[in-house]
This record gives sequence, C-alpha cells and structure tokens, in this order.
Amino acid sequence: MAELVQLVVSGIATGSIYALAGLGFTLLWQASGTINFAQGEFVMLPAFAMLFCVLAGMPLWVAVLVTCAAAMIVLGYGFKRAIVDPLIRHGVIPLVIATLGLAIALKTLVRAGYSAEAHQFGSPFPGGVFSVGGINVTYADVGTLLIAGVIVVALQAFVTRTLTGRAMQAVAQNTEAARVLGIDVKRMVLYTFLINAVLAVVAALLITPTYLAKFDMGESIGLKAFFAAIIGGFNQTRGALLGGVLIGILENLVGFYVSPAYKEGVALMLFLVVILIRPEGLLGKAEERKV
Amino acid sequence: MSGGMRRPAPAESERLLHVRDVAKHYGAIRAVDGVSFALAPGEIVGVIGPNGSGKTTLFNAILGQIRPTSGSVEFRGEDITARSPLELARRGIGRTFQTLQVFGQLSVRDNLIAAAQEFQGTITGRLFARPDAGLGARADEMIELFRLGHVAHLKAGTLSYGQQKLIDIAMAFMPSPRLVLLDEPCAGVNPGLVDQLRELLATLNRTQGGSFVVIEHNMDFIMKLCPHVICMVEGRVLAEGAPADVQADPAVLEAYLGN
Amino acid sequence: MKPALRVALLAASIAVLAAVALALKRSDVYLLTLYCVYLMATFGLNLTVGYAGQMSLGQAAFLGIGAYIAAILLKLGWPFLLVVPVAAVVCFVLGLVVGFPALRVQHHYLAFATLGFNVLVYLAMRNEEQITGGTFGISGIPRPTILGVDLGGHVAFYWFTLGSLVVLGLLLWWLLRSPWGRAFAALRDNPIRAESLGINITAYTLLAFAIGAACAGIGGVYFASLVEFIEPGPFHFSASLMMLLAVIVGGQGRFFGPVVGTVVIILVPELLRGSSAPWLKFMQVWYLAVFGVAVVLLMLWLPGGLLSIPERFARKAKPR
Repeated sequence: MAELVQLVVSGIATGSIYALAGLGFTLLWQASGTINFAQGEFVMLPAFAMLFCVLAGMPLWVAVLVTCAAAMIVLGYGFKRAIVDPLIRHGVIPLVIATLGLAIALKTLVRAGYSAEAHQFGSPFPGGVFSVGGINVTYADVGTLLIAGVIVVALQAFVTRTLTGRAMQAVAQNTEAARVLGIDVKRMVLYTFLINAVLAVVAALLITPTYLAKFDMGESIGLKAFFAAIIGGFNQTRGALLGGVLIGILENLVGFYVSPAYKEGVALMLFLVVILIRPEGLLGKAEERKV
Repeated sequence: MSGGMRRPAPAESERLLHVRDVAKHYGAIRAVDGVSFALAPGEIVGVIGPNGSGKTTLFNAILGQIRPTSGSVEFRGEDITARSPLELARRGIGRTFQTLQVFGQLSVRDNLIAAAQEFQGTITGRLFARPDAGLGARADEMIELFRLGHVAHLKAGTLSYGQQKLIDIAMAFMPSPRLVLLDEPCAGVNPGLVDQLRELLATLNRTQGGSFVVIEHNMDFIMKLCPHVICMVEGRVLAEGAPADVQADPAVLEAYLGN
Repeated sequence: MKPALRVALLAASIAVLAAVALALKRSDVYLLTLYCVYLMATFGLNLTVGYAGQMSLGQAAFLGIGAYIAAILLKLGWPFLLVVPVAAVVCFVLGLVVGFPALRVQHHYLAFATLGFNVLVYLAMRNEEQITGGTFGISGIPRPTILGVDLGGHVAFYWFTLGSLVVLGLLLWWLLRSPWGRAFAALRDNPIRAESLGINITAYTLLAFAIGAACAGIGGVYFASLVEFIEPGPFHFSASLMMLLAVIVGGQGRFFGPVVGTVVIILVPELLRGSSAPWLKFMQVWYLAVFGVAVVLLMLWLPGGLLSIPERFARKAKPR
C-alpha cells in the first residue's frame, strides 16, 4: 500500500512537469491554431541554457531568470515572428512540417555544436527523503509539485483576474468575436507565445535533474506534452493538467508493476483508450465542425 | 403573415422536405428560433432575410452540419434530424455553400465526376471501375449546360470566382439529387452570370424535376425564380407566401429598412 | 510533354538506373538498393500525405514490422514472394487498427496516433527478445531465389528490388487514376465539400493511410533481405519524421516527389558518411541541422517542394 502511494505521489510530481509542457502546447493551439512539434525541444534548449549559465558561475536562480528572458525572446517572440506568423495562414500542415524541421535542427545543433552526452543538472531542491506515515517522499517531488502548482495557480489567476488575461481567454475561445470586441488579438497571441516559453523553462528546470540535459531529451517530453493535451481535451486548459498527471501516475504504476520497458508506451495507450471512449478528451467539450 | 395568395401547403403525403420548429441556440443567442416550412417535389422555395437572420444556420441545421437545439427535419417521410452530411447526401440531398467550395487541385471535369462517383456501386467496385467511373458523358453534359467547356480541363482552383461558383452549383446537381439547398448562389457573381444562373436553375427544375431551397439576397433573382418565398428575421419566419406579397409585407419592409 | 515521350523518358531513366549497377562499386549498388527500398515506403507515404492530405508519422514502424515479419518468415524458409503480401496485409490491417480511432475524432489526431504507435513498436522490437532478438536483432536473413534465379548477388538483388519498385509504382499510379485517387484528392482539397457529395471521408482517409502503411511493409521485406541483419535502430520514430520530410521536400502530391526527397534523406547522408574530404566531414556532423533549417525555409518559401520549382519560375516569368 505504502509502495502504491509512493508511486502515485512521485507520478503526480513527474506528471505535473508533463502538464506544464502540455499546457503551453494547448495554449498555443487555442490562441493561434499552432501545433508545435518542437515543444519538446523548447524544453531541451532552456535546459542547456541554464546549464551554461550555471557553468559560467551564476547561481541557479539567476540562471533561471536569464534563461526565461532569453526563451521569451527566442522561443516566444522569435518563433512566432519567424515561423508561425508567415505560415499560419496556409493551414495547420505547413506549420507542423516546419516545427518538425525545427525540432530536428535544434536537436542536431545541440548535438553537433555542443555535445552528444547527457549532462548532470543540479536539482533546485535538497536531496533526501522524509517519511509521513510510512510513506517516503522525496524533497524533489514535493518541490516539483509546489513549483508546478504555484505556476498553474498564478497562470489561472492571471487569466481569470486580469483584464489582459481575460482578453487572452476571449481570443482563445473565439478569435473573431474577440476581434469584434476590439481586443488586440495579435498582442494576446504574442503573450501566449511568451507564456509558453516560460512554461517550457520551468518544465526544463524541474525535469532536467532526473532526465539529464541531453540533445534528444525533448523527444520524450514533447510526446508526453502532446498526449497530455489530447487526453485531457485539446480545447480545455485544465485538460492538459489532468492529462499530464494521469500519464505521470500510470507511467510509474506500469513501470513498477508491469514492465519498466514499456513505460514510454503508456501515454499512447492512454491516448488510444481515451479517444475511443471520449473523443473530445476527458475534460474537453465536443466541438461542432466549422463550415 | 401575408394572406390571400398563399400557395396551399403540401399535403403530408407529398412533402419532400418538412422542417418542423427547428431551433439552434448558442447560449442566449437564438440564431434560429423555431422555423417550420415544407416543400413538395419539384418546388422552389426562396429564403430571404437580412444578414444575421439565421438563414445559413438554418441550412446547416437541416443539413447535419450542426445539431439543432430542438425541432425536427423530415425528408420523404423519414426523420433525418442531425444525420451526418454524408447520410443526407446518400439520401439525395445536395447543397452548395455560401463560400466557394470546389476541389482546387482537380480539373473541372474531375470535380464534377467526384461529385457523383460515390452514388453508384460499392467502394471496392470503384477501385476497379474505369477512371471516369462511367460518368464522363454526364459530366460533359453538365459542362455544356453550365458553359464551362473552354475550362473543363483546367484546375478548378485556378479559375475565376464566377466560374468556380458555377462549378460548385454544377457539382451539387451532378448526382441528380432529389433536393438541392443553395446558399447564396449569386453572391459575388456578375450580373450577366446571375441571369444565366437563374435560367439554369429554372431549366433544371423544368427538365430534371429539381426541387430547391435557395437563400439569396438578390431580390430580382428570387422574385423571378421562386414561386414561394420565406422571409426570416432574427431567427424566425416573419412572412411567407408569393414573392410579391412577401415583398409588399410592411413587416418585411421594416425589417429590411427599419434599422 | 506528350504522354508517349514521358513514358519513353521514364523507361530510359529506369534502364539507366539498372545499367549503372554494372559500373558501380559493391557498396554503391547496396546504397542504390537501399534507396529503392526507402522509395517503396515514401511512395506509399506520398499517397497518404500528398494525395489524401493526412499526416502520418509512423511510416518507419510499418517498415520495421515488414522487416521483422520478413526476417522471421524468411528464416523459417517461407518463399519471398509469399512473405511480401503477408507483410503488406499485416501492415494494412494494423494501419486500419491505428487509424480508425484517431480518424474518428479529428484528422490531425492521426499524426499523434502514428507517432505514439511508432514509439510503442520500437519498444516492442527492443524488448520482446524471444521474437525480435531485442537490441541484438536478427541476423542471417537470406536473400531470395525466385523461379530458380539466385538473387543473392548484390547486382541481381538490386535489379530485383528496382523491378519490384517499378511494379509498385505502376500499381500506385493505377490506383491514383481510379475513382479512389479522385476521392483522395477531393478529401484533401475540401473534406467538408467532399462529405456533402457522398464521399465517405473516414473510409477513404483510412484506406489511404492503410495503403501507405502496406507499401512500407513491402519495403520492409526488401529491407530485411538487403541488409541481412535487422535491429530496432532504423525503425525509430525519427526515421518516420525523415520519411515524411522526404515526401514534403520532394513535393507532396507529386508522383515523383519522393524520388527527389528520398535522395535527400537517404543517399546524401550515406554518401557523406562514406566520404573523407574535410569539408564533407564537417557536413557529416551538421547535415541534419542544415536539413532541419532547410525544411523550415522550404515551408516558408517553397511549400510545394523541390519539384514545384519549374512551376514557380513559369509563374514568375508570366506576370498576371
């Protein structure tokens, strides 16, 4: 029993990281119809950026801030201006292809330009374990949950409590109506890209201590982010959170009770089951087709 | 409702299409708010109304693109409410769209063949069928009728708006449907073509027994083509009857000119 | 170009491709054969992606399934010409099984489902050691003898593969000219209109995807027989991405698009790997980065792919 609870707790912690990446993925889709197949690489790059900063002698918190700023400029603004804006008019597929190309380019750039090895990345949390009623929980898991929780709550507060946040929500729900209401749609979409970049940095900060910084670390986390988003419901922001956490828990359970070899396949199986039973995702709303 | 000249409503047994109290609400917005009408075989009904009066939403609710909030649609005595567009097509209901909807990469002739090829044989049979699916002659007939001969082998996407509009309409008629719903066939079409289009529809009605429901803003077109007209305002039927009566109805005039 | 001239030109190119094998080194013939094998898969993928407009990111999984089926059955002594249809049918059916749930929802879900399927297949190849040999793979896969002709030699097997590719190409050409091809194009160009005209878009999309998968399965049989040793590596989902990009780079929906695109993903990197010139050494490391950036630029400036260049120039030369 204690074992099961431990697995679930650490699953929730890992899942909350997937949820952050999946959340960014969902936000981009809602605001601009972008399916970003380089989402995993958007987590990998900040991991290396933080690694460089730390190697250059910065304390971790400075490294995080510097990386956040850089990510907002490059992965937020730059990505939107250089790739999304020119391609989005042509429909979903050209942009999907371009982000696939981008993912390959980013991975190879890191491998060829820096290193093909996995690099240690210091955890922002103290090591060690504490026990509650016979259940061992690591500080890293608690810290991860806390940070992910704070980010999600802060984002939720921003979206529901501030004027800008509500405008962003309006754009996500109905771009045309938002435009009619006089909302600066372009600016709101840009904010979404900036938020996505920050979410990617946080996900990188939380996941790299266990995954290690490696050029292809994005493949796995990108995959989990897509599936988290779809399992929860592509058109619901909360969906990605539920999807991510579910994947995290099930991966842990399957890895322990079934076979660690198939841990990576859990997200797909869950995806197939969910779309067979509830095509719109667990929290998603059925959409009517647009003519 | 204007009285006098109203055509007799088609009897139960000879109704091709019967729309009963169809409504579509989006939250508090009542895009369509309880519309009923009936259509006999071979009849042409025009639907007019100011922009945003719910005409296209009504079409989409009839045609299975969206699920009506309430009400029902019957076609040849069968309840077809919220059936998929595919099932409606199979039952012989064709449509055109307000915006251009052709297959841009296919030639005009292939557009027409594509429009009818699924109505014969089985899917496996079509794999082994002749490339033109035995529809070449029918396609050429329609090409001639719509005067598209000079562009028949060009990609539809490269043609002018008016030509694509003609293809769009010809496609709806290719499979000899029992009923066609046309959403603003004249929008964006030059005046010369409007007359041609009206004559075409009249010919198809006369020679092939076509039954149509036509949404249109062009009053002249509606007046000349449709013996029966429905005027929608704010999701409801404001007036119904012969075109001249509807046009003269003070409520209709107010709806168009009032605001 | 007149159709007759086109056919003649094509026949001549195939004859040249066949003849060069006599003048080339053994390793180059091997490379050409590998190119033909991947072309089988990318031709199929072009049907799915280019003609039917669906995103498939699992073509390498189907190539791998075909290869493992071939490895196992050929070692059991099954005749090659029986293994080919078995692999094709298995991949076709798996395509239906994977595609159905995804396409029932939304068409871009196929991309995710196939991507996940590829991950799962790769895991199975690595972990089901009793069947697949795990990371050690399966070795000693025989090359076929057909109608008493031994195809074990590198040139003979190349000719056999090239001939099979031509047959597959002809079948696909015939398929695309049938009403099915028209339905595929219709659902790619405008699915909503297609549905209103009685075209069962779910059925046709599923068929286009499953046929594409079957082509990869066939390619996999030739792959196994060519390399004589298979392991999971080549069937990782990154290979699926490369095949998809090959179709796009060449020009999706153009019959010969994959012929160009597959050069870029198979021939060029292999040639780079084999060369020793210093600047080429540099490219060995950076090739994929350059390729990735090139794909992005291609989408921005030439979304129709390399084969659309002539049309581009024609349009520029003729101002409207």
